[in-house]
Amino acid sequence: MSVLVYTESENGKFKKSAFEVASYAKAVADQLGASVTAISFNADDSEQLGTYGVSKVLNVTDDKLGTFNALAYANSIEQAAKKENAQVIIVSSSTNSKFLAPILAAKLKAGYVPNVVAAPESTSPFSVKRTAFSNKGFAHTEITTETKIIGVSNNAFGVKENQTTAIVEAFNADLNDADFSVKSIEIDKVAGQVTIADAEIVVSGGRGLKGPENWRMVEELAEVLGAATACSKPVSDMGWRPHGEHVGQTGKPVAANLYIAIGISGAIQHLAGVSSSKTKVVINSDPEAPFFKAADYGIVGDAFEVVPKLIEKLKEFKAQNA
Amino acid sequence: MKILVCISNVPDTTSKINFTDGDTKFDTNGVQFVINPNDEFGLTRAMWFKEKQGATVHIATVGEASVEPTMRKALAIGADEAIRINTAPTDGFFVAEQLANVIKDGAYDLVIAGRESIDYNGGMVPGILATLLGMNFVNTCISLEIEGSTATAIREIDGGKETVQTSLPLVIGGQKGLVQESDLKIPNMRGIMMARKKTLTVVEPVDAIIATKDAKFDKPVAKGSVKLVNSADELVDLLHNEAKVI
Ligand SMILES: Cc1cc2nc3c(=O)[nH]c(=O)nc-3n(C[C@H](O)[C@H](O)[C@H](O)COP(=O)(O)OP(=O)(O)OC[C@H]3O[C@@H](n4cnc5c(N)ncnc54)[C@H](O)[C@@H]3O)c2cc1C
Ligand SMILES: Nc1ncnc2c1ncn2[C@@H]1O[C@H](COP(=O)(O)O)[C@@H](O)[C@H]1O
Repeated sequence: MSVLVYTESENGKFKKSAFEVASYAKAVADQLGASVTAISFNADDSEQLGTYGVSKVLNVTDDKLGTFNALAYANSIEQAAKKENAQVIIVSSSTNSKFLAPILAAKLKAGYVPNVVAAPESTSPFSVKRTAFSNKGFAHTEITTETKIIGVSNNAFGVKENQTTAIVEAFNADLNDADFSVKSIEIDKVAGQVTIADAEIVVSGGRGLKGPENWRMVEELAEVLGAATACSKPVSDMGWRPHGEHVGQTGKPVAANLYIAIGISGAIQHLAGVSSSKTKVVINSDPEAPFFKAADYGIVGDAFEVVPKLIEKLKEFKAQNA
Repeated sequence: MKILVCISNVPDTTSKINFTDGDTKFDTNGVQFVINPNDEFGLTRAMWFKEKQGATVHIATVGEASVEPTMRKALAIGADEAIRINTAPTDGFFVAEQLANVIKDGAYDLVIAGRESIDYNGGMVPGILATLLGMNFVNTCISLEIEGSTATAIREIDGGKETVQTSLPLVIGGQKGLVQESDLKIPNMRGIMMARKKTLTVVEPVDAIIATKDAKFDKPVAKGSVKLVNSADELVDLLHNEAKVI
């Protein structure tokens, strides 16, 4: 019996979320008295997963799987799960994981619970805590099927070291043409940029920034912090920023360690998507802006004065703490 | 082309969330229900296919009679017919099986669902139902074009987007981007009158797996009040020494 974890990589390198889901898988395995097997696709240096408690890695190396393909990946994971007699499968909350998990659930007749924020509360019944109602609440959800799939919310569990030796095994699933019936034509992505999904820090701008030409300072603040940039819905609706940056109830969820909102009023739909971030900072010229009620720290002031000063101070801080 | 739009009936985005029955149920008291925003984008795209490519558009909802006002709204926006599967939508797997059954019988070419419902945020119905039916599936879809039986879609990925090509029959998990915000339609009087006369078929559920059960709910602990600071210096200090996030 094992816990299987899908560890994501990009250009051969594991994503940070891979270490978080591996850490989570180890916690589940300890509860069940099982061991952790990881499955990775075209990843280099799979042994390093041992640091997070993975004792075996099924390493898929296949050029056809160089680009993510939900069905082909799900099929491979399904076959790995059967081979390993996996009772629980752990995935991340990335867009790709959320794409393949329901496919996998249907194939394995497994219950899938996304947005899980903590290790299982009990294993019998098998119960996990997850966010619901766009972060306005939590549900304690029981999974009643034999095989269970858990989607771990980003930055919720954290990366935990648990040194073991990982045995790496080559693994290739049986795939056929039908598994590639959705074909990737083009990927449009800025290389090397921190994404909202992976970021520990997110810097976000709203309508208070007046126009797209003023985003330079948001980007600069993000650069100093190694953060991803985001925006409120009207900002992307007006085309000031790309749609992919829109966060909130109808946009991307943000579960960062630090969320900085600049010139964002804090409408309920916006807050719903960002409130599971741990520390929230608001910079707004209106002391009555609703966001202040949901924030940990606030500066009442004009963003065009505050942000440049903040960038300067952070640069000094980074220089001192480098 | 025959399109089915899966409509989930959810609390309005401004709703306050409360629980009853010893925190085991969502409290619907005073809550306004609406078409799930992700489905509204999909429905509006379906209207485009209807107007420009002569598609027929049906909608389906798994739910008890109380969901019918939301379904009538979708009909008022322009869907041709509605199917209600008469059971409480307790679990994503169960809902997907109900929808799969209707889709199989209706021979739909394109099924438009949403990336997720904004209430329980399951994000699983479209993927499960596509897999049960062996239909192609594209999630987080922000653009969809159909030529004959070829579909070209753009999906959002972390940090960018990906263009994919596939063929019908197809299921998408749609979201904002499928149409412009300004394309969303508020039903007019004529639409509302016509919607009353459109066919709304009620079908009974089939036996299906129930994979999960929400046993209990709670709300995040209330936040302490915000700490207002006057300078960037002070903020940097607090983020480093108190919050320990930088
Ligand atoms: C169905 C539905 C779904 C929605 N989903 C989302 C969602 O997912 N995400 C989302 O963000 N919104 C969503 N919204 C929209 C939401 O209701 C708000 O309209 C939106 O969040 C407001 O964006 P904003 O804060 O940027 O703009 P505004 O509300 O216009 O706020 C601008 C803020 O900037 C401040 N400001 C102005 N000048 C300055 C300055 N010089 N320096 C500092 N501060 C300044 C103002 O005081 C104000 O608080 C949704 C709405 C609906 C109806
Ligand atoms: N009860 C339901 N009836 C019809 N469609 C639904 C229902 N629940 C979910 N869906 C569809 O599945 C999508 C994803 O929902 P979910 O998996 O619940 O997050 C929604 O956007 C709808 O298109």
